[in-house]
Amino acid sequence: MLRLPPFRVVSPDTVEGVVAALQQPGARLIAGGTDILPNLKHWLDRPEVLVSINRLTALRGIVRDDNAGVLRIGAGTTLTQIAEHPDVQQLFPSLAQSAGCVASPSIRNMGTIGGNLNLDTRCRYVNQTEFWRGAIGGGCIKSEGNVCHVVPKGRNCVAAMSSDNVPVLMSLQAVIVQAGPEGTRTVPLCDYYHADGTRHTHAKPGEITTEVQVPLPTSARRTHYVKWCVRKSIDFPLVSVALRFDLDKDDVSATISAAHVVAGVLGARPRQVRKLDAILGLALNDPKVAQIVSEAAFKQCKPLANVPYETAYRRRMIRVYTRRGIEAMVNAG
Amino acid sequence: MSEAAFLLSTTVNGEPVTVAAPHHWTLLEVLRYKLDLIGSKQGCDKGDCGACTVQLDGEPVLACLTLAAHAQGREVTTVEGLGHCHGGCHPLQDAFDRWTAAQCGFCTPGILMSAEALIRKRGRAVEHTEVAEALAGNLCRCTGYTKILDAVVDASQQMHPAPGKE
Repeated sequence: MLRLPPFRVVSPDTVEGVVAALQQPGARLIAGGTDILPNLKHWLDRPEVLVSINRLTALRGIVRDDNAGVLRIGAGTTLTQIAEHPDVQQLFPSLAQSAGCVASPSIRNMGTIGGNLNLDTRCRYVNQTEFWRGAIGGGCIKSEGNVCHVVPKGRNCVAAMSSDNVPVLMSLQAVIVQAGPEGTRTVPLCDYYHADGTRHTHAKPGEITTEVQVPLPTSARRTHYVKWCVRKSIDFPLVSVALRFDLDKDDVSATISAAHVVAGVLGARPRQVRKLDAILGLALNDPKVAQIVSEAAFKQCKPLANVPYETAYRRRMIRVYTRRGIEAMVNAG
Repeated sequence: MSEAAFLLSTTVNGEPVTVAAPHHWTLLEVLRYKLDLIGSKQGCDKGDCGACTVQLDGEPVLACLTLAAHAQGREVTTVEGLGHCHGGCHPLQDAFDRWTAAQCGFCTPGILMSAEALIRKRGRAVEHTEVAEALAGNLCRCTGYTKILDAVVDASQQMHPAPGKE
C-alpha cells in the first residue's frame, strides 16, 4: 500500500482560475493523475495543493481548423480520445499510434495529452519508493540526494523523457499553447524541452498547457512510430523512434523531399536525428533509405543507463527499430 | 470536519453516496476503507496491475490513481454493482464461473470491469484479439489468460447471440 502525502485539492472550472490557483506556494497541476500520483506515492514531492483540471471542460476536444491550417487538440483530451479520433487517424497516423500505445487502456482513458507532454522525466534510480532510494544512500540529484547514480560524478540529471507522444508531435512540428499569469504564448514543441532531467521543460512557473496545434499536412507523407518495451503493454518504452517522410506524391515509391526522425528515451530531451540529406531524392521504398536512416539514428543516439536494459543493447535496438519502422511503412503501402 | 477532508458526493453502483474523505485519498481508498466495497483490489497501488479497475461514467479507470475528488458528481461502478441489471449475476461472472477463469481471483474484479466496458461499447459478440487488447492493462499472476479470454468471448456471445442461434 502506497500512501499519498497530505495535500488539498482545488478544482477551478476556468483556465484563469487554474492559473490563479497555481500561484499558491507549493501548488502543482494534476490532470489524469497517472504520472504525478505514482510519483507522489513514491514521495518524490510533497505539494501543499493539487490544482485539478477535472472540471475544466473547455480544454477537451479535437477540432480541425482549416483556416489556421492546424488540428487543435485540447490539452485535457484523453489519449484514448486522440487514438480513436477519425481526423487524427486519417491525418496523423503516427500520433494515433503513439497515443494508442501508451501504457494500458485504462491509463489511456485517464491520461491527457497535456499531461503526457509535461510528463516528468524517469530514471531507474528515481521512480522507486522512498525506502528504496534511502537504501542506495539517500536518492540522487532528482530526488532528495546530490549525486547521480547513472553518470558517476555527473552534476546534470540525465533522467529520460519517456513520453510516446512527444517524439511524434516533435516530428509533426506541433506547437503548444501555454497559459500563465502573463497571458498566453505559443511554443514550438521542438523548443520546449531541454537536457536537464530535474527541469526539462521551458514551462514558466504557474503555466498550464492548454492546447496542442498540429499543422495539417501540406504534402503527401508517411509517418510511423515504433517503440521497444519489455511487454506489449503497460511498460514505458526503452527506446522509441518517430518517423516522418514528406513525399512528392502519395505513394511509397515517391521521392522523399524532407525527413523528420526523432528518438525518445535517451535523455530529458528527445533527439532529432540529423544529417539525413543522403536520403532526400531517394524513393521511400529504396532499401538504402532504411539503411541510411537507421545507421544515422544509431550513430547519433547514445542511450544512458537511466532506464532498464544494457545501454549497448538499447543502442542497437534503436537501429533495429528504426529500420523495422521504415520497412513497416513501406509494406503498408 | 477538518480542512484536510471534503464531502464527496457521488453515485456508487447506482446509489447516491455522500462521504467525508481526506483530500489526499484516492477513489480506491474511499471505496475500500470508507464504503466497505472491498471488491476492487489494492494491488501494486501505482497503476501497473489493473486490479483496482472500476468504471467512472462507464469508462474503465484505475481507482488507485484517481483522486477521490475526481469522482465528485460522477458515476462509479465497481464489481459489486456489475450484476445489478442482471438479477445479481452478470453474464461475465457466470462465464468466469463456468470457465474456471477466476483462478486465485485477485485480478478478477478489475478484469470484469474492463471486459464489461468492451462488450458494452462493441454492442456485439467480441473476438479474442479485441479482448486481449482491452485487458492489456490487467495483470493476472496466475497467468491463465486463456480461460479469461475464453470466458469473456463466451459471455459476449451469450449477451449477443448470433442471428438464428438461440
